[in-house]
Amino acid sequence: MGAYFRRKIIIYLLTFVFAVTIDWMIPRFMPGNPITNLLSRFSTRSDTTEVIAGYLNEIYGLDKSPLRQYVAFWAGLFRGDLGVSLYVTGAPVTRVITRALPFDLALLIPAIMLSYILGNKFGAFAARKKKLDGIVLPIWYVLTATPYMWLGILLAWFFGVALDVLPIAGAYSFSMVPGWNWAFIWDFLKHWILPFSSLFLVQFGGWAIGMRNMIIYELEAEYSRYLESLGASSTLVRRYAYKNAVLPQITGLALQLGVIVAGALATEVVFSYPGIGHLLKEAIMNQDYFLIQGCFLFIIVGVLLANIILDIAYIMIDPRIRHTAGGETV
Amino acid sequence: MKTKNEFLYFALRNGRLKVGFCILSFFILLAIFGPLFAKHGPLDYAGPGYHPPSKEFWLGTTTFGQDVFSQTVYGLRSTFLVGLVAGGLATFLGILIGFIAGYRGGMVDELLNMLTNIVTVIPTLALLLIVAAYLPYRGILVQSIFIGLTSWPWAARAIRAQTFTLRTRDFVDLARITGMRPLKIIFGEIAPNMMSYLFMTFILQFGGAILAAVTLDFIGLGPTQGISLGLMMQNAVLWSAIQLGMWWWLIPPGVAITAIVGALYFMNTGLDEVFNPKLREL
Repeated sequence: MGAYFRRKIIIYLLTFVFAVTIDWMIPRFMPGNPITNLLSRFSTRSDTTEVIAGYLNEIYGLDKSPLRQYVAFWAGLFRGDLGVSLYVTGAPVTRVITRALPFDLALLIPAIMLSYILGNKFGAFAARKKKLDGIVLPIWYVLTATPYMWLGILLAWFFGVALDVLPIAGAYSFSMVPGWNWAFIWDFLKHWILPFSSLFLVQFGGWAIGMRNMIIYELEAEYSRYLESLGASSTLVRRYAYKNAVLPQITGLALQLGVIVAGALATEVVFSYPGIGHLLKEAIMNQDYFLIQGCFLFIIVGVLLANIILDIAYIMIDPRIRHTAGGETV
Repeated sequence: MKTKNEFLYFALRNGRLKVGFCILSFFILLAIFGPLFAKHGPLDYAGPGYHPPSKEFWLGTTTFGQDVFSQTVYGLRSTFLVGLVAGGLATFLGILIGFIAGYRGGMVDELLNMLTNIVTVIPTLALLLIVAAYLPYRGILVQSIFIGLTSWPWAARAIRAQTFTLRTRDFVDLARITGMRPLKIIFGEIAPNMMSYLFMTFILQFGGAILAAVTLDFIGLGPTQGISLGLMMQNAVLWSAIQLGMWWWLIPPGVAITAIVGALYFMNTGLDEVFNPKLREL
């Protein structure tokens, strides 16, 4: 198990270094000078231009050797210094992003966990039940094929405009002051439910289909046949099948994380939900380089951490890894 | 010869495969011939804005009087192009890396595995973010290539595992003993035994690439010229089509994507049942 962990940790460290290197490299090796690009937008007054140019040169340190620039970039990273967001009123990028982050987590964590748990349970339940399977499978296929933000658009249009019962912009009403009182929580939930639902429903379809297919495979496996021939109840056979089927689903979740995060960011744009997705859209439209770089790092680190958590979950669930001292992995 | 007929027999009897294939064919035909019926260019300001579907504008117009039908059929072309290029590239890379890692094993496998793990963690979105920030003009092709370059890991993993089990079979050993070169063994002995699997990988990558492209277009990382279904949705939301209740602008692009991707997934399940006798409904 130690070797297993050691190998995983090396891979994650490499990924992190790789990501930071890309983040550092691209503005420096892309055609065109990022500083002149930036300055062309502030060309109204020459004295401001000079101040900004001086600041930018200091941040990028373009006059120093590449190696020193690279070291300085890492040093800034560990101080939590990702530069200043030129678009959002000159606030530090780290602060701008950490302010948006809670909204992303409030959407993503419940959506991922609930859809994963319920999707797996329901998918396993429907497998090999001809009538039910015939009805729900097409619905799940449509759900999983739907782009996240399009479902968001439909929900927003239906509940927000056609029925006019739910708000469709922001995370809470402008008149509200965030706090731990019931009025605010209720208001927050009303804004939260639609973006959450679009994320939840699309993922739910995917997990249910995945689990249904896995259960069918497992029920055809030798051990299931053997159990059946011994006269075990179908509930018992299914329980064993579920245990085996859930492992590939965890790997599936790890593989899907990037797509889910991208979907969540797009959904935030639909609902003007003040998370990183909303920030990102503004940053792209305004070519706010530092903010884009910061978002890139936060997204990668987030996916990385989620991967580590899933790895640990996998070990806790899979007895084969838990009990091998040497850490032989397939 | 006999096995081929058997597959064809089950393919023609498989409802899921037939339904999926019909839906997909409909949209492919629409992408090919639709633009011939479009009376206006996709970006032309052709008529009155904010116009519900009518005889002149089959799917209505945008806020600026652009023809939604025309945008949809031209957007379909971009969608299929992304699916083909990005899905094809991802499948190719997945097959290449999966075969090499699975067949060679040892150090090569270890290194490729590490690469696969690293790319798994880096989302397409993140990579395109950096590229888009510094590349002011991007076409659909650039976008497709980046989607392809980042979405191969799951395919590589799956193909590697399959190759691993096939590698130790007798017929592969026999080929090795007779002195066949590794490449020939991979493509002559191993690949034909997982052809159905490779084909299904391509279908899934095709659908996945389409969804990825829509999401990226919507956030603002899409092509800067031309039209795509994702760009249609981005514009619709940007110009408050939701608040104005312009359902005719909101619905077509999403319906097209959902139907295409859903049909692909449906076909995939159907094919699985055709190729895998264990899954055929009794």
